[in-house]
Amino acid sequence: MSFLAMGNVYGTLMNFRGEHDALGAAMNAPPYKAPPRAPVLYVKPANTWSADGAEIALPAGVPEVEVGAALGMVLKAPGDIAGYVLFTDLSLPQTSYYRPPVKSNCLDGFLGVGRSILRAEDNADAWQVDVTVSINGEVRRVVSFAHLVRSPAQLLADVSEFMTLKAGDVLLLGCDADRPRAKAGDRIELSGPGLGTLANTLVAEAA
Amino acid sequence: MKYARIIHDGKTQNAVERDGQLLLEDARLVAFDAVTWLPPLNPTHHPRTILALGLNYADHAKELAFKAPEEPLVFLKTEGTLNGHRQFTRRPDGVEFMHYECELTVIVGREARRVTRGDAYDFIAGYTVANDYAVRDYLENWYRPNLRVKNRDGATPIGPWFVEASDVPDPMALALQTTVNGKVTQSGNTRDMIFDVPFLIEYFSSFMTLRPGDLILTGTPDGVVDCRPGDVVVTEIEALGALVNTIQ
Repeated sequence: MSFLAMGNVYGTLMNFRGEHDALGAAMNAPPYKAPPRAPVLYVKPANTWSADGAEIALPAGVPEVEVGAALGMVLKAPGDIAGYVLFTDLSLPQTSYYRPPVKSNCLDGFLGVGRSILRAEDNADAWQVDVTVSINGEVRRVVSFAHLVRSPAQLLADVSEFMTLKAGDVLLLGCDADRPRAKAGDRIELSGPGLGTLANTLVAEAA
Repeated sequence: MKYARIIHDGKTQNAVERDGQLLLEDARLVAFDAVTWLPPLNPTHHPRTILALGLNYADHAKELAFKAPEEPLVFLKTEGTLNGHRQFTRRPDGVEFMHYECELTVIVGREARRVTRGDAYDFIAGYTVANDYAVRDYLENWYRPNLRVKNRDGATPIGPWFVEASDVPDPMALALQTTVNGKVTQSGNTRDMIFDVPFLIEYFSSFMTLRPGDLILTGTPDGVVDCRPGDVVVTEIEALGALVNTIQ
């Protein structure tokens, strides 16, 4: 989608059953002490946005990144879902989810933004797709959005309880566990039925 | 100069403080209470990045039973949480502890990437006051402080003024104070920040580009108390002004 039309972009952690399974009993141990109750959200600010096809620079000292494959729910009005777009949500490898992931998630260019929107108007279940993540042409992960903890409608309702999402705002439905890693030189491509493709190449940042 | 962004006679515009009144774009002078106050910020092309600090005053860190952080504890907010001077912030039903936080707020003036602290002030357009309310009942240990605590609609009053940086010779020596219904409940000084403004500009710009209009809310000192519907909360910073908010 066009950056001109894009509002705030929020990511969602722990919205895949696979993420809960991966942490298991650790969810009840410090520092978390309990599984999350409300949606676990983070912000991908405008400096992170990369267009389809753009190179994404990895700073020196960042040998690899985690590749989150997300469907982003795009709003056309508060409470009203326009459709879904592919997003490549990059982060430095995260070892803890206790503090907000700013230094790991908000690097320049760390969010690839897909071009195509899968419209929700005709099909309320349009989000139940598989998204394929390929790195250098090799399939590394297939993320099935049928395995969400909260459906898009439920997620939107729970978030809207305290924060209004407006036209152009985006709420990522989540990135499943076992995210592939990628390094400078790698070409990351996401694809899904009705969603087109989203490709970005990681490059080492010029010194 | 002190600038406000206001609605008067249905028109949104910028205004300038002039002898205790507001000078409008059409040169009329109007009283402070004759307008609706908005956040004192010009609209941005893309959503502005709003960075906020937790535990950035040694005394507040102690109060909250944490040791002082070794690097800034930062979280992000979005525009919908901002609110104007003299407006209302809702206290959710059934909560036990909602408190204000009086914070010096930096408004970025130039694109900043890999700025050193020695040059940091060149990238600041001005300053304002933010009241970064938190609803502690909703704290969870996942990306803490979580958005449900800190990014609620209308729960971050900001203003009244955008004060140009040139009018604030030393932002690291400003008295802060909060009153609730006229009683002083919080007082401190920006000199007691753990990570000062030049450090924060250097730190953030080391891994992300800051753009004009982006905000940094620099944290709050000791002395936060619960606020109830009807309470009038005034967060004030020396040289910047007094930001009024009422809980509803």
